[in-house]
Amino acid sequence: MFASALSDLWYGFGVAFEPQNFMWCFVGVLVGNMVGVLPGMGPLATISVLLPLTFGIKPVGAILMLSGVFYGAQYGGAICSILLNLPCHPPHAVTCLDGFPLTKQGRGGAALGITVLSSFVGASWGILEMIFLAPVLVKVALEFGPTEICSLMLLGLLAGSTLAKGSPLKGIAMTLLGLFLGIVGTDVETGSERFTFGIPNLLDGIELVGLALGLFGIAEFMKSVNQYSEVNTRYSKVGLRDLRPSRDELRRSIPAMLRGTIIGSLCSLIPGTGPTIASFISYAAEKRVSKTPEKFGTGMIEGVACPEASTHSSVQGDFIPTMSLGIPGDAVMALILGALMIQGIVPGPQLIKEHPDIFWGLIASFWIGNVMLVLLNVPLIGLWVKLLMIPYKYLYPSALFFVAIGVYSTNNDMFQVGETVVVGLIGYLLLLLDFHPASILLGFVLGPRLEENFRRSLLVSRGDAMIFVERPISAFFLFLCVTLLAAQVYVRLRKPKALAALDVAEGNGVATARPAE
Amino acid sequence: MPIMLRKKDFYAGLLMVLLGAGIGLNSATYSLGTFAHIGPGMFPFMLGVMMAIVGGLIFVTGLATPLEEGERILPAAMEWRGWACILAGPLMFILFGLYFGMAAATFMCIFVSALGDRTATVRRSAVLAVVVAVVGCLLFSYVLKVPFPLYRWGF
Repeated sequence: MFASALSDLWYGFGVAFEPQNFMWCFVGVLVGNMVGVLPGMGPLATISVLLPLTFGIKPVGAILMLSGVFYGAQYGGAICSILLNLPCHPPHAVTCLDGFPLTKQGRGGAALGITVLSSFVGASWGILEMIFLAPVLVKVALEFGPTEICSLMLLGLLAGSTLAKGSPLKGIAMTLLGLFLGIVGTDVETGSERFTFGIPNLLDGIELVGLALGLFGIAEFMKSVNQYSEVNTRYSKVGLRDLRPSRDELRRSIPAMLRGTIIGSLCSLIPGTGPTIASFISYAAEKRVSKTPEKFGTGMIEGVACPEASTHSSVQGDFIPTMSLGIPGDAVMALILGALMIQGIVPGPQLIKEHPDIFWGLIASFWIGNVMLVLLNVPLIGLWVKLLMIPYKYLYPSALFFVAIGVYSTNNDMFQVGETVVVGLIGYLLLLLDFHPASILLGFVLGPRLEENFRRSLLVSRGDAMIFVERPISAFFLFLCVTLLAAQVYVRLRKPKALAALDVAEGNGVATARPAE
Repeated sequence: MPIMLRKKDFYAGLLMVLLGAGIGLNSATYSLGTFAHIGPGMFPFMLGVMMAIVGGLIFVTGLATPLEEGERILPAAMEWRGWACILAGPLMFILFGLYFGMAAATFMCIFVSALGDRTATVRRSAVLAVVVAVVGCLLFSYVLKVPFPLYRWGF
């Protein structure tokens, strides 16, 4: 197994080093890193904006680029947290706690250096995990029939919607809404039109790009307009030389990094517990392990190293269920899966065998991309800090233009721009009611496949719904679903306070953005 | 105003119940089929029913929990100008794109949406719009070759 993994990886490097693919990977991490730094633009908005641009690229390049944006943005988000105390990107909210005090003590540069290092360590572990775990998962999953796939999707959707931020009930509601939106249009099996209201442009269904840009573009801009004040960059003068941590800081960070990496990789195995939860858990764990827990929050370098490492190891780990089972754990993964589907590639266990260039090329590109990010971040840190000063009032109109032209260019259809505006307005109303639209995307991407597999499994059993519990593997997944729900109910009833704190801390940028002191 | 009406979950639950009921009733007009041969209406019907149930649960938990301190449905400051401009920007893009081409559409989209910021001035928004429009048109028209004429005059 080891030898075959190595030869596959070698092949992957060959794919990723092809000039075209290499270039797209570079573009992805560069754009991701840049946008990650900008307050108010998360990876979700960026990937949605770039999605239409990738249609002209070959599938491998497109996926390399979009994934590069995702992990590149994670590097950028940390800069924002440490230097400005602005938790614009939820996974890095916890990094503010010790990162910003370090900045005030003049050690912000060292904290950034440690961040780059821990990110790389975390990511490398995540990649290794993917190399060895994904083929095993695929081997198991290839035995699955429609019944098992159906139950597995149900588990993925439940975990994705109830473990993410916000109320689990509302998460489920949004997933159901997403599943529904996913089946609007012509029914593949019977050819009848569903919920098109006589509009011919809806016959092909709702466009992924329009939905994503409405929810994460327009709705987010409506939420954030006039909310960002000028950021205080008093502390953010960081030069290249400041990045080097002292020997003592390095010595203290390394064990923290390793602990964070392990926690992150464990979290990534459970769908739905993405990088945000991983970083919170690892910070709490690090505090518990530490000999001086009372000093956390005053500028402990461990408090930066541990969550950052765990964020990155879980970011890479998130790709495992997405690529090997075709079941995304969060909205970003759903988008990347959607991009694959637009390129005409069917996600699922057969992906590795049918498109080894995509899978192994992606893995190799992770490493290349992470090395690029380390190399980029070190000399460009001064430039990134300058980027932080771009006011939001110039940012969102430009982004809106990209939204409009991006949606238009997917099908050269103005109707879809209008569709995006409508989705944006609805998305904002949902945000006002505390619904998190990320789950909509999860359901949207899986909707048609869930229906198809549901139909097929009932066809196989001749209409006997008991098939879902009679098949052992399917029953096991359903059992996990029930356990998950029961655990949620138990935790919510027993410890509402701790969870409320987590929810607040996880809340999106604007809600928790405290201006720098 | 009764406490209930000030709670987000009251409206959130109600919305989901109505939405679920609407979807369920509407899908019953398509053929439901039997379990062995599921018709086009079955899956959305199930989704609608589940959505209504979840909405009901949200509604009930909303009633059962006390009003959170400072809970408000609408944001603290109503950004009518911002909201209107953000929605109007892409609409301008559609309108000007259909009749005058990409250049005008781009300019208007950015110009109108930039006016949404409280501190925005007409001049600064226009400058921003010109700069982004030039860069954007070069990128999308010449580099990416989006089939969308730069200028047109079509009524």
